[in-house]
Amino acid sequence: MPDALLEVCDLSVSFRTENGVVRAVDGLSLSLALGEVVGIVGESGSGKTVSMMAVMGLIRDPNAVIEGQVLLRGRDLMQLPRNEMRLVRGGEIAMIFQDPMTALTPVYTVGWQIAEQLRAHQAMTRKQARARVAELLAEVGISNPGRRLDDYPHQFSGGMRQRVMIAMALSCNPSILIADEPTTALDVTIQAQILELMKRLQRDHGSSILLITHDMGVVSDLAERVAVMYAGSVVEEGSKADVFRDPQHPYTWGLLGSIPRVGRPRVRRLAAIPGLPPSLIDPPEGCRFAPRCPHRFDRCSVRPELAPRVSANRLDACHLDPAIRPSLRHRSVA
Amino acid sequence: MSETLLEARDLVKHFPVRRSKDMVHAVDGVSLEVHRGETLGIVGESGCGKSTLGRLLVRLHDPTSGTVRFRGDDITKLSRRELRPYRREMQMIFQDPYASLNPRKRVGQIVSDPFQIHRAGSREETRRRVQELLEVVGLSPHHVNRYPHEFSGGQRQRIGVARALALSPQLIVADEPVSALDVSIQAQVINLLDDLQDDFQLTYVFIAHDLGVVHHVSDRIAVMYLGVVVEIGPSDPLFLHPIHPYTEALLSAIPPIEADDEARRERIVLRGEVPSPIDPPSGCRFHPRCRYATEICSVEEPVLADHGGGRFAACHHPLDAKGA
Repeated sequence: MPDALLEVCDLSVSFRTENGVVRAVDGLSLSLALGEVVGIVGESGSGKTVSMMAVMGLIRDPNAVIEGQVLLRGRDLMQLPRNEMRLVRGGEIAMIFQDPMTALTPVYTVGWQIAEQLRAHQAMTRKQARARVAELLAEVGISNPGRRLDDYPHQFSGGMRQRVMIAMALSCNPSILIADEPTTALDVTIQAQILELMKRLQRDHGSSILLITHDMGVVSDLAERVAVMYAGSVVEEGSKADVFRDPQHPYTWGLLGSIPRVGRPRVRRLAAIPGLPPSLIDPPEGCRFAPRCPHRFDRCSVRPELAPRVSANRLDACHLDPAIRPSLRHRSVA
Repeated sequence: MSETLLEARDLVKHFPVRRSKDMVHAVDGVSLEVHRGETLGIVGESGCGKSTLGRLLVRLHDPTSGTVRFRGDDITKLSRRELRPYRREMQMIFQDPYASLNPRKRVGQIVSDPFQIHRAGSREETRRRVQELLEVVGLSPHHVNRYPHEFSGGQRQRIGVARALALSPQLIVADEPVSALDVSIQAQVINLLDDLQDDFQLTYVFIAHDLGVVHHVSDRIAVMYLGVVVEIGPSDPLFLHPIHPYTEALLSAIPPIEADDEARRERIVLRGEVPSPIDPPSGCRFHPRCRYATEICSVEEPVLADHGGGRFAACHHPLDAKGA
């Protein structure tokens, strides 16, 4: 991987609960290069959000056990003391959350909230901060920013609030932006506006983005590389074109087959994946997807590693012989 | 054309705004027909009135004006008691499988409630029917004694489907039935609804904001914007060659998945946001955001005009509907 900016190595996050240990993230490895947009896709409970919270150092639960390394330019964030991590967070890595209504505090004006972040990371007077906030709001497409910064979050619509969140995230010019389902709460036409905005900002600032979403279309729109997660780890990774055109893992086949496509004539039936995702307490031994996989065989009782099996930049965690995968895939779709 | 099962004429529903004289124009003059055996999809963004319309169709809301006819009978003015036989024929599936099932009732009781309410069948018959219904929706008959919280989201939605099917209705209005589910589970529930339609000759009104899902399940689609239907017609032509500029913009806003080359089209990013339904724009409601709008659009409200092939659109500058 050429000069990785962020490298997550074998990250595991477990929670001790009354019913047993929940292995929410189980051996996640991922890298993000300078200026790159990587999409992480997966369904509820696949560990996308928890792993990014761990990267940001935002898991404070005393029952959480976090293992592994998170290297930012070679520096392990897991070993950083809290006060240093606080400078990284918001300064070098910023995050946008799904629901801008809960991510913004309702009792302060949006201008105050963005200025607070600016002044925490940079030496600035109130006046300078206010001017900078107005600039930022203008940059994310909020009209009349000089007046709008004195408004409270509830005076903004969902799409506008997400713009405010983006302005806040960009305020300190972070090198990495983690966007967790940034458009999920929005209507499609507003989603289109936010996606265009994120693309423009990425071009202008050259930030690296880790985009978490369950929406394949959104990933396809923004990301260059895609990692598919299932039950706590990555099952397939590659360039966007490779993953969507020539998916290697049976879970990815099922996922893509489950989505009704627009712009194609209708198919008679969706290729649904049978069954449910496994419980993360005592997950199945061996391949986590095996109980739902129509192609499982005896080797699947051993957990497959994420490794290049097809080509150097194409990782997957499946024991199936790459030579027979295409024929199996077409059979499972038909 | 097949028989009309349900017919809405000039349906209007206004909701009062607290402490003011304003009214929210949730549904503002909708006329449409639902044919027996078809799936009519209703799409639109938040606040366009699609859920209110769905509830008006089965009279969970009383309309401000307009009529709903079920098999030719006007049900708009019927009393609760007069309405009861119609209720058996029209059922609803709701979006949130967590909120629409009573957490204190066991699954068996939830699914047998319709039989008790309508005094249909003896206790023994009901018990047998409930077991059958659970099997039909892909649950195990010995789930009857469990509570809703013991099930996953997809399974709960199956319970909701079993309850809707209990009295063998003819029409099911499904309001965002799969929106709360993950894609792989969503596909299972969509396939289930599809099978049930074949097995029981059901008619569906399928309300959703996910255009891909609506396209997949629907024979015909109605596109709503700010309380009115702007375009209605058969699914494939409507999706491939939209007539109304709003339909065009809505479709172009969906980010296509990489492999869908044929789906790549210019993305039309609409200016601004949906205006307030308290005081909708004059003339065509879409004109402030429409890239084709001219003077007439702000003055005269366009009516749904026939474009042939079962397609109707309300626009002063309809797009060329090739293949229609």
